[in-house]
Amino acid sequence: MAAVTALSETPAAESAGRPRGMQARRRRRLNLFRYVVFTVFGLFFLLPLLAMARFSLEGATLGTWSLTAWKQIASYSGTGIPPLISSIEITLELAVITCAVMLVLLVPTMIWVRLRVRWLARTMEFLCLLPLTIPAIALVVGLGEIYNRLQHFSLSALMLFWVYVILALPYAYQALAAGLNAINVETLSEAARSLGASWFTVMMRVIAPNMRQAILNALLLTASLVLGEFTIAYLLLYNNLQVELYSISRNTPNAGVLFSTSLAALLLTFVLLLILSYAGRRRRGRG
Amino acid sequence: MTSSPVTRTLDGTARAAVEVRLEGLSRHYGPVVALDHLDLILQPGELVALLGPSGCGKTTTLRLLAGLEDADTGHITVAGKDITHVSAAKRDMGMVFQAYSLFPHMTVRQNVAFGLRLRKVGTAERDKRALEMLDLVGLSTQADRYPHQISGGQQQRVALARALAIEPQVLLLDEPLSALDAKVRAQLRDEIRRIQLDVGITTLFVTHDQEEALAIADRVGVMREGRLEQLAPPTEVYSRPATSFVAEFVGLSNRLAGEVRGGEVTVRGCKLPLVEQDVPDGQVVALVRPEAVSLASRAPDSDSGPLTGTVIAITFLGATSRVTVDLGDTRVMAQLPTSEASALAAGSRVVLAIRPDPVLVSADSDPAALAAGEDA
Repeated sequence: MAAVTALSETPAAESAGRPRGMQARRRRRLNLFRYVVFTVFGLFFLLPLLAMARFSLEGATLGTWSLTAWKQIASYSGTGIPPLISSIEITLELAVITCAVMLVLLVPTMIWVRLRVRWLARTMEFLCLLPLTIPAIALVVGLGEIYNRLQHFSLSALMLFWVYVILALPYAYQALAAGLNAINVETLSEAARSLGASWFTVMMRVIAPNMRQAILNALLLTASLVLGEFTIAYLLLYNNLQVELYSISRNTPNAGVLFSTSLAALLLTFVLLLILSYAGRRRRGRG
Repeated sequence: MTSSPVTRTLDGTARAAVEVRLEGLSRHYGPVVALDHLDLILQPGELVALLGPSGCGKTTTLRLLAGLEDADTGHITVAGKDITHVSAAKRDMGMVFQAYSLFPHMTVRQNVAFGLRLRKVGTAERDKRALEMLDLVGLSTQADRYPHQISGGQQQRVALARALAIEPQVLLLDEPLSALDAKVRAQLRDEIRRIQLDVGITTLFVTHDQEEALAIADRVGVMREGRLEQLAPPTEVYSRPATSFVAEFVGLSNRLAGEVRGGEVTVRGCKLPLVEQDVPDGQVVALVRPEAVSLASRAPDSDSGPLTGTVIAITFLGATSRVTVDLGDTRVMAQLPTSEASALAAGSRVVLAIRPDPVLVSADSDPAALAAGEDA
């Protein structure tokens, strides 16, 4: 009987073992593919940055090392606050204002449209994605007239937040829409309503806290856009970080400065985004 | 009815359970009529289950009562007060949803206390009451967990505790068990009934599962196309269905040709009493429950009586088995004890008997309708 059982079990065990083996092989192949893709794309992004870094550290003679190009970023012979520091300050303030306006404008509106006026969802999506299809130069031409009038009132570069909100709208919208789609908005709101919550409470205390990751993503995208924006500020004659770095590189005979400033801007943006992302993760970790 | 007309609150005081009246409620979605002048009265402390196929209007009824949708016409009255145009937030109704509806960013305790917080109950009192409610549903040890850390059945229990924590006048249950597996479902069903009886709250329970409705409710309302076909205690809905739709929706029925004469119907030689006495004489289709059909004896191959046939299928259901017998011109299902059914095999010749329970008849004696009934 034991022999019969063993014989009858062998094919079953084999057939069960075969798919497991195949699965493991497939998983290994998939992992290998992932590593290859990751390495290729990593090199694609990293090599130009390394080349930039190397060039910015090039000494007076070929093959030597020097920090001159980096030191020249911060060299300022005038009086008062150095323009670089001032432009960093303005850019950071712009990032904060743009993020705040974006959140105040978009989060309640999107939740409200999802809960109460769903028929408006398509129109809203169209309007929010529209800036993607408009080139920056066309926006500048359109907005130039308004900003020219604003300049009569000697307003600071902080007024750029209006146009930055428009520019960041498509990215923030997509991030928030993904967050809204990930939760059962209707059931959560109905549950809260049945417990006595007002619509404001539903939005602020039930739906928005469950969109924290989406809000963080929207913030990251908005902040990165503001920190890296050059075209509009330059064309509208405002000084932000990117415009200032460009001026520094233009006003020096050392070509290495062009690369040190670009790399410095990139590193600054990267560090700021990393801080923002880390702060968000820590909050989430506490639940 | 077994429920109490008094609602017990958590502070130990008792208050009168309320009556709920839905009068002439209608709701249209474009050209589709979801509710068609529905009238329904829930007695104080009663649990009414609304049962019906998808799209019959049962969930719409519950959502109108909860204030999550507006009725086109009709009135909703709770404890004599018209709340037809009162917003959902002010209706004082606890609701448990089909989908998991706990707030993911709050712990179990915070979820239960949410409604109390909105009512500005102090922190200490809020926590105490939340824990009492969790105790009621047997989950006080899970108070500090997040919804994703507990099972689906536990989430629905917490949702029930959250709905009851605000001491609502009416409890609304919208298919709360449909996402759970069979065992948890049966356990939670019994638990809901125990808690409902304990608290004594007027409850509307919506389900498409007839077993659930029959097991839990004081009265069952069977709905079809936005109307109530029958509203009666479970035993009556099952044994004396008001319409052929109810008979076929609640439990299985054999559709057998028969003849009404003198207030009783003759089906394959058996005289059976009628549910409704005022049926005119003539050819009819009688709806006979499988459990009213029994095995009379094994038959020799040559036997050819009206209730003699060949077993063609045996379906094991646990304590009972369903045996399908081919009588030549029609097929009949019999629900037998498994011990009796296991002695049979496909191809066995048997003689059936029909217990003289009151049966519902339909004037439709069209052979095509009979065949359709057999397929169903």
